[in-house]
Amino acid sequence: MATVMEKELIINKKWCKGCGICVNFCPKDVLELKNGIVNVKDESSCIKCGLCELRCPDYAIYLGGLEDGEE
Amino acid sequence: MSNKLAKKYFRMDKLPHIWCPGCGHGILMRSVIQAIDNLGLNKDKVCVVSGIGCSSRAPGYLDFNTLHTTHGRALAFATGIKMANPDLHVIVVTGDGDSAAIGGNHLIHAARRNIDITTVVFNNNIYGMTGGQYSPTTPTGDKGTTAPYGNIDKNFDLCKLAKGAGSTYTGRATAYHANLITKLVQKGIENKGFSFIEALSVCPTYYGRKNKKGDASDMMKHLKDASINVKAIKNKTNENLEDKIIIGELYNSQEPEYTEQYKKIINRFKKER
Repeated sequence: MATVMEKELIINKKWCKGCGICVNFCPKDVLELKNGIVNVKDESSCIKCGLCELRCPDYAIYLGGLEDGEE
Repeated sequence: MSNKLAKKYFRMDKLPHIWCPGCGHGILMRSVIQAIDNLGLNKDKVCVVSGIGCSSRAPGYLDFNTLHTTHGRALAFATGIKMANPDLHVIVVTGDGDSAAIGGNHLIHAARRNIDITTVVFNNNIYGMTGGQYSPTTPTGDKGTTAPYGNIDKNFDLCKLAKGAGSTYTGRATAYHANLITKLVQKGIENKGFSFIEALSVCPTYYGRKNKKGDASDMMKHLKDASINVKAIKNKTNENLEDKIIIGELYNSQEPEYTEQYKKIINRFKKER
């Protein structure tokens, strides 16, 4: 099983509506809105807290890992 | 939400959902799913029922036994389902207009009977789907398309209403407190009796814009700042709570459950035969 830090941020751009909730509630300022869609600005400072995943109303951003069966 | 959870509980071909950008309902739906996943319920033993409104779109995206019913009548249909199939976990997803206005009578009577249904009200303080008319939970003085100079009605405290009508479990949380919603829904499903959870949502499109509350993030921040947990005010009597949203588990008790009482009657006559 992958540890938390091995997980990576995955964005489903088709589902993002650009509300900006994840951008404003990210504690490390990792995310930004680019052309109205969420974009990872600075992945190196991400602490994988998962708050973006918890607060995204459109299920467009999440922490994925190998055991999650990502394509 | 992780792909694994989404694929397990969503009808993936129905997503993305139709809720507006920044609508809190998506967060609340995720919390409800998380609660069901935490309890490890069999998907075929869960039935999600809804009425009409923005909130009531939720069952359309969920891969359980689901029923999308007429306006305000979700609890009436759910009562029928529970009576016919007492072993089902019946969860009602409804809105503030649906449950407190047109469905107000069904709400108080379902609570009075203490039937084992978990009701989650996605309260966005307005009729969103029909264009922003004020609802029974629009705070006094706030605007809606049908109250352009401010609403003069006093708004309902839904948790007090449910408790007063006889609900054995009531709780309140907000879209900001997503994990608390999960916890409350989980305990609501476990409670043998009528459980009522008020989940405060945000509606940036109608309620937010009409009342100059800012964008979705500003409204979420307001929910965070205005909320206070019931545990934090337990021993304080003179705290000013006028504009506060009291969150957490508000009431929990044990009373005879309706379908069990009904079964007892049936069994009594079976024996006499």
